[in-house]
Amino acid sequence: MFAEQILNGLTLGSTYALIALGYTMVYGILELINFAHSEIYMTGAFIGLIMVTVYKMPFPLALIIAMAGSCLLGVTIEKVAYKPLRKSTRIAPLISAIGVSIFLQNAALILAGPQVRAFPVNFKSASIKLGQSIQMSSLQLLILLISIILMVGLHFLIHRTKLGQAMRATAQDKEAAQLMGIKIDRVISFTFAIGSALGGAAGVLVGVYFNSVDPMMGFFPGLKGFVAAVLGGIGNIPGAMLGGLILGIVEVLGAVYMSRYKDAIAFAVLIIILLVKPTGLLGRKLQEKV
Amino acid sequence: MTLLEGKNLTMVFGGLTALDSVNIHINKGEILGLIGPNGAGKTTLFNLLTGVYSPSRGSIYFKEREIKNLKPYQITRLGIARTFQNIRLFGEMSVLDNVIIGQHCRTRTGVFGAIFRPPAVRDEEKRVKEKAMEILEFVGLAEAAKEKAKNLPYGKQRKLEMARALATEPELILLDEPAAGMNPQETNDLIELIQKVNDMGKTVLLIEHDMKLVMGICQRIVVLDYGKKIADGTPEEVKNDENVLKAYLGAALDKEVK
Amino acid sequence: MNSYYVQILTVTGINIILAVSLNLVTGFTGQLSLCHATFMGIGAYTATLAALKLGIPFAVALILGAISAALFGFIIGVPTLRLKGDYLAIATLGFGEIMKNILLNLEITGGPMGLRGIPKVTNVYVVYLCVTLVIFSLNRIMHSRVGKSFIAIREDELAAEAMGINTANFKILAFVLGAFYAGLAGGLYAFFFRYINPNNFGFMKSIEILSMVVLGGLGNTYGALLGAAIITVLPEFLRSVSPVIAQYRMVFYGILLVAMMIWRPQGIMGENKVMKRRGQAA
Ligand SMILES: Nc1ncnc2c1ncn2[C@@H]1O[C@H](COP(=O)(O)OP(=O)(O)OP(=O)(O)O)[C@@H](O)[C@H]1O
Ligand SMILES: [Mg+2]
Repeated sequence: MFAEQILNGLTLGSTYALIALGYTMVYGILELINFAHSEIYMTGAFIGLIMVTVYKMPFPLALIIAMAGSCLLGVTIEKVAYKPLRKSTRIAPLISAIGVSIFLQNAALILAGPQVRAFPVNFKSASIKLGQSIQMSSLQLLILLISIILMVGLHFLIHRTKLGQAMRATAQDKEAAQLMGIKIDRVISFTFAIGSALGGAAGVLVGVYFNSVDPMMGFFPGLKGFVAAVLGGIGNIPGAMLGGLILGIVEVLGAVYMSRYKDAIAFAVLIIILLVKPTGLLGRKLQEKV
Repeated sequence: MTLLEGKNLTMVFGGLTALDSVNIHINKGEILGLIGPNGAGKTTLFNLLTGVYSPSRGSIYFKEREIKNLKPYQITRLGIARTFQNIRLFGEMSVLDNVIIGQHCRTRTGVFGAIFRPPAVRDEEKRVKEKAMEILEFVGLAEAAKEKAKNLPYGKQRKLEMARALATEPELILLDEPAAGMNPQETNDLIELIQKVNDMGKTVLLIEHDMKLVMGICQRIVVLDYGKKIADGTPEEVKNDENVLKAYLGAALDKEVK
Repeated sequence: MNSYYVQILTVTGINIILAVSLNLVTGFTGQLSLCHATFMGIGAYTATLAALKLGIPFAVALILGAISAALFGFIIGVPTLRLKGDYLAIATLGFGEIMKNILLNLEITGGPMGLRGIPKVTNVYVVYLCVTLVIFSLNRIMHSRVGKSFIAIREDELAAEAMGINTANFKILAFVLGAFYAGLAGGLYAFFFRYINPNNFGFMKSIEILSMVVLGGLGNTYGALLGAAIITVLPEFLRSVSPVIAQYRMVFYGILLVAMMIWRPQGIMGENKVMKRRGQAA
């Protein structure tokens, strides 16, 4: 039983981790909470759903298209709503981000209606026996596998490619990076692209996992993704992965005791980290240059 | 008498050691100069002394009291004020209000006082305003009292930074490159002003690249290079110090190569 | 006057209190709060329960509502405002949704059915008396040592700290004051509409209030007042023109927030250039 719960937690947590990565990467570079991230996630789910139901695409292809679509959306949002505000006071891009989020959510409500849609994917819903009493559905396995592949891919991208290196440099010191000839605009676009693609993928995976997609679906996962990012240490990429997994497990275990307030668990986690260790598990204390 | 003492101060940012076991003391009533090439760690030292950063290692005593773990606002209350190298005024507020804010920690009006305005509050407000005007006059900004701080020319903004710091009633005032961007006339006024502040009995710690200024008014000078203290003595001693010459020559050569 | 117009006028007054109080937190102090409607709801429920279940006089119930909202503001403010950064925005986002969840599930609040049969005590005079008191006290605060400290924090938190301002405490104070006024507005709302349920005080309402402030001009009390009036009256007007348009309201708020930030961050009132880009000189 317990082990099975942990497994459920890991599955859920891996999707939180994917969302958290988007928040943390953007925060690392722009120090901005990208509120629209939860709607990018929702849009990803819808694109995936449309590809599977309307265009009858096989699931892997639908997933890739959903990622591409989310990626495009993320980059566009940055160009339209954040870039013109890069030099203004801190609160302006934050308000703009909320605006984008509200806009997308309600545009989706008008276009798709408020009803919850099923996400039919025909897997052989076999369950895999792990040891004596632990069972894992093929769906869970698939979600875990895809999440792991994406995260390994991201790790590779960040540590082995030139763009990844530029990203890390920019996150550390924007001015110094610029002096070294790094094109900040490109790095920012790239960051939004990657973060959004991962967010979109998470949307599709969660849509399939719970077999439900709707315009409001981004709200809580978005919030939880952010909490995961803070838990791991905002701006820290391995931290986001770790934070997501831990949050997933805590939430699944916590829900056993307080199912009605399941969504409040993440919030409690956020408040506790802010009180106890605001830099998160893996985050370093950043010193604002004075 | 030693007013402030930093022992073994070390500050590490990531992999970079901006300050490396620096010992520094400031005597009550003196004007101490702090010089060194760009990136030597001067501003970082200010940030440690004022609680903006807490040192990776070492300790700081102000009037024999350990202040390393205090927040900036607490340190200001104890009597250390500072100006910022990259001017940080309250741009949308008037010049007068900037100086009024400086008196925040010496006043006490709270929410209820603000709403009901009993006589004590009115009195305080009046006193604060008068004092602010006095300080503005002292630094020569009285005419600009009503202007928005961000609309002042550069040299006056620097002066306002000083006025604001003086308003906190400090015993020790830290000035981070107060003459940067000033023309020679303004610099001369500034020298006079710093002298006057010192004559009022305030101790001054001054970061400055303008050698004429530093050599002219400082009784003692500390030199930093790459986070290490390389000299500490009278202007005469420092001027002839081999290490100091090397540090500055090195910095000049670096610039030429770039 | 026609009762329909009186109703709109009354609602405008309640929204003015909400807008000017959010403006205290977001416009003057520079902290983005996304649960202003939640504080309104806490005030509404507290005042209602105090009046209905405990038989406390209405005026006292209103104040109790405001105080309990302020108390919640303190509980959320302490962990999130002690830190630098924008944690307040996300914490208030979560707090609002969770409070809604709690209100939906508690028995004493009537769950999703809400509370009915509240006596009608609020009228247009009571509301505008409160509006006057709120704006009067806000103006006094803003001209005092306290208000100047709020603005200093918005302008430059570190410099404010260097002036001896305990920035964490003052940010919390601004947030608590904002919650207090919002709680008052909530009580007025409950005693006017005589029926409340958790959906009256959700995220969408918070966004509506934010839109009022942003439209009118962040950091400008009369701008917030104007914004509240426009955003209350305009949809009513549009609804009479075409009912479909009401549906697009939220989409409009979204666009409004982005567009105002990009093209007119100082709002329609204009002269206050709080949000203007920082000059190069500084
Ligand atoms: N918050 C910070 N994070 C990372 N590095 C920092 C930070 N603050 C300062 N540094 C680094 O520490 C070193 C010392 O900087 P500091 O500002 O103290 O120099 P300085 O002597 O004041 O130079 P200048 O004359 O140019 O003002 C520099 O290399 C700087 O880049
Ligand atoms: Mg410096």
